[in-house]
Amino acid sequence: MLPQDLQPDKFFRYPPEARKLAADHIEALRRLPLAFAPLVLRELIVYDWKFPAERRDLERQFTYLASLDKAQFDALMAPFAGLRLPPSLESIDWVNSPGIFSEQLTSQLWATRQIDTFSSAAVDYVAKVAAFAPDPPLPTHRLAIVIIGRGAEKPADYALFRKIRRQGVYFPNVRAEDGVRGVLHVLDRRAQEQRQRFAHWYIDGGGALPVESEIVTKVSYDALTPARAALQARMKKTYDSGLGPEVFRTQLALMKPEEIGLNFGNDAVLNRFQLSLLTEGSGTQVFATTFVQWAAREGLRRAQPLTIVVRFAPRQREGSMNELLTEAQRKADLDFRGSLIDADMGAWYTYLNHQRLSGAEHANFAVWFEGHNELVAAGPKLEKGRQSSAPVELADLLDRLA
Amino acid sequence: MLPFGIDLKSATPRQISAAVSTTRRNFLRMAAGMGLGATVFGPGDARAATVRRGRKAVVVTFGGGARDDETFSEDGQENIPHLLNELAPQSTFFSQVVNKGILGHYVATASLATGVYETFNNFAAVSPDNPTVFEYFRKGLNRPATDAWVIAPSNGFNRIGESGRRGFGPGLGAGVILPKRLLAAALSKGSHAEYDHLLRDNYETPLYAPSLQGHEFELDQIASVLKLSVSEFTRHAQTLTSPDELSVFVAKQLMSQLAPSLLWITLHDIDIAHSGAFSLYIDGIRRSDRLCAEIWSAIQSEPEYKDRTTLFILPDFGRDSDMDSGGNGFQHHRTGDPLSRTTWMLALGSGAKEKTVVDRPVESVDLVPTVGAVLGFDARFSQGKPIPEVA
Repeated sequence: MLPQDLQPDKFFRYPPEARKLAADHIEALRRLPLAFAPLVLRELIVYDWKFPAERRDLERQFTYLASLDKAQFDALMAPFAGLRLPPSLESIDWVNSPGIFSEQLTSQLWATRQIDTFSSAAVDYVAKVAAFAPDPPLPTHRLAIVIIGRGAEKPADYALFRKIRRQGVYFPNVRAEDGVRGVLHVLDRRAQEQRQRFAHWYIDGGGALPVESEIVTKVSYDALTPARAALQARMKKTYDSGLGPEVFRTQLALMKPEEIGLNFGNDAVLNRFQLSLLTEGSGTQVFATTFVQWAAREGLRRAQPLTIVVRFAPRQREGSMNELLTEAQRKADLDFRGSLIDADMGAWYTYLNHQRLSGAEHANFAVWFEGHNELVAAGPKLEKGRQSSAPVELADLLDRLA
Repeated sequence: MLPFGIDLKSATPRQISAAVSTTRRNFLRMAAGMGLGATVFGPGDARAATVRRGRKAVVVTFGGGARDDETFSEDGQENIPHLLNELAPQSTFFSQVVNKGILGHYVATASLATGVYETFNNFAAVSPDNPTVFEYFRKGLNRPATDAWVIAPSNGFNRIGESGRRGFGPGLGAGVILPKRLLAAALSKGSHAEYDHLLRDNYETPLYAPSLQGHEFELDQIASVLKLSVSEFTRHAQTLTSPDELSVFVAKQLMSQLAPSLLWITLHDIDIAHSGAFSLYIDGIRRSDRLCAEIWSAIQSEPEYKDRTTLFILPDFGRDSDMDSGGNGFQHHRTGDPLSRTTWMLALGSGAKEKTVVDRPVESVDLVPTVGAVLGFDARFSQGKPIPEVA
């Protein structure tokens, strides 16, 4: 089937809100080339479980497409329409399985060396949509605080914060009494001031500490232990069955949250998000540091929060896959040194992903070595690459950034 | 903005590749006192006419790409002391090796081995479509099966030794040793627990780890090829810390017992990066750095190899840039961005000039015809061309 043949009843398997959105924009969908329409549907089919920011992005795309006359529309889609695709792609049920289509399209584009053409067309498309309707002004500046190194001592030869120091001010003499709670207090305060769902996040690589505001979105590695155990058991079963990695990936893509016991508070959006962290992330199932970095990346990219607190915790020591996959059922041997290095890099990636959001020019960022005196803060009022050795209270620094 | 002063958002792929190359060159010039080769060698250098008799080639690939950030950059130098201080000064360093093919390790390694950008499914256990360097070598020079070997990291590489191409293919390729399978076979009747760290396979899909099985064939390889008893093999394996150490142990055993003229070793520890643990990725780079020095040392200490061997060391490709929002930095190689496609190569030993940097772009598919020029065979179906600075 080709996009021009789409009818509203083709979407009868979609969840209700996604089905309605597809019917509302059926004309635009029909005009899209085969190399592009399923990619829009891949986002649309999960519309009911998307964060508000993602919904706005998708709706903005349809508004933009509707604003174009035929010549503009055709010009925008020309690079996608010009891709050489095999007829076999048409026979995929891309309306109901856009993810499978996307995987096969990607494979085809790599094999035929068209991936660069596709990538640059996609980047161009995203830029044009963003230029058409820029993000509205934020109610307040964004703030990200990363806490690393829980339980870890820094090796003497390790240059902590090497990458981030170049982006802000390095404070080597920070005094912090009950620092983690101080950070969470700032999160609480901002959540109370801007009460928007999914606008304030707390991600923890261990057990999450309590936060007062119920509006804060909490994700923790420990809370997902039963889900990880269920997923790990499935993974082991799959290995034994001899299925290949591609079949296994497809199985994971079709998995529902309740299949691994993800039904926290009947929050379908958050449950889907957490499922995606475990099924789409690589290493998130077995390493707490990887889980936190990926959760922060995906949380920032998808929910575009105003506030995010990210706290890394030590991961288990590397071992055989059999050992790694039983981590959820045993007390794991922890790698403190490696975890500190992982978290340091994770903090750098959190900074970069934070900078990719709208309002980056006003955004503040801090990374603190938990239980120690070292912190780097970056933001529009902080000089890059500077060091400030004077003693300073963590609470005072946080107040300045918040 | 990248550390080497260009804006990734506005730069063209060619500009980014060139900037990476410039950074590597400047860094090497500063760190290792290496000069520009373009002024020494021009294309078409007459040295290609040197005698090939008795020459050998060893190719070491990192089948888990390493980025400049963690290797040939100011921040990365601490991870590659052996490459930087021992091997680079003795080598011709190619600062811009571009891979235009599919960035999956098996298909990319196959492309390196055929000199053609192969397009098969990276996760399928298939032979390359085009003749491999081993077939060109054996058929072109009428060499026996014992003279070309591949030591490959995982189950998925077991068909790398020969292609499905008519006129080449079965019977003309290299012997393939999968060290983990050897170990699995050697342990088949005993406990695996203390060897599990050496048996880990396939980091590219960490969600999926096929079980390793060894057979009589592998047991026979231990005795007939490596000239070791099963107990000697397992006893030594117990002293090793990673699969790549096992591969290099096997390589050195092969060099001392059979002295093949063409030996291809694919290291894979670096690919632990797919797990997202940066510290383990760095450990992999440091181990690969040390193992490359060990291989070079073995070449120098084996009379069959000393002064007649050209060693090539190259990653199969890079990894995603921190600056590309489509990827997740070092963890994967999925974006196809210029940094993940641009890497480097060291050539040292027989026929390679020391302390030389070659700045112009070469392609990863140029490796096979270059090895052909070194050993004296024609890789006629390759998409690449011999690199005159080595060939």
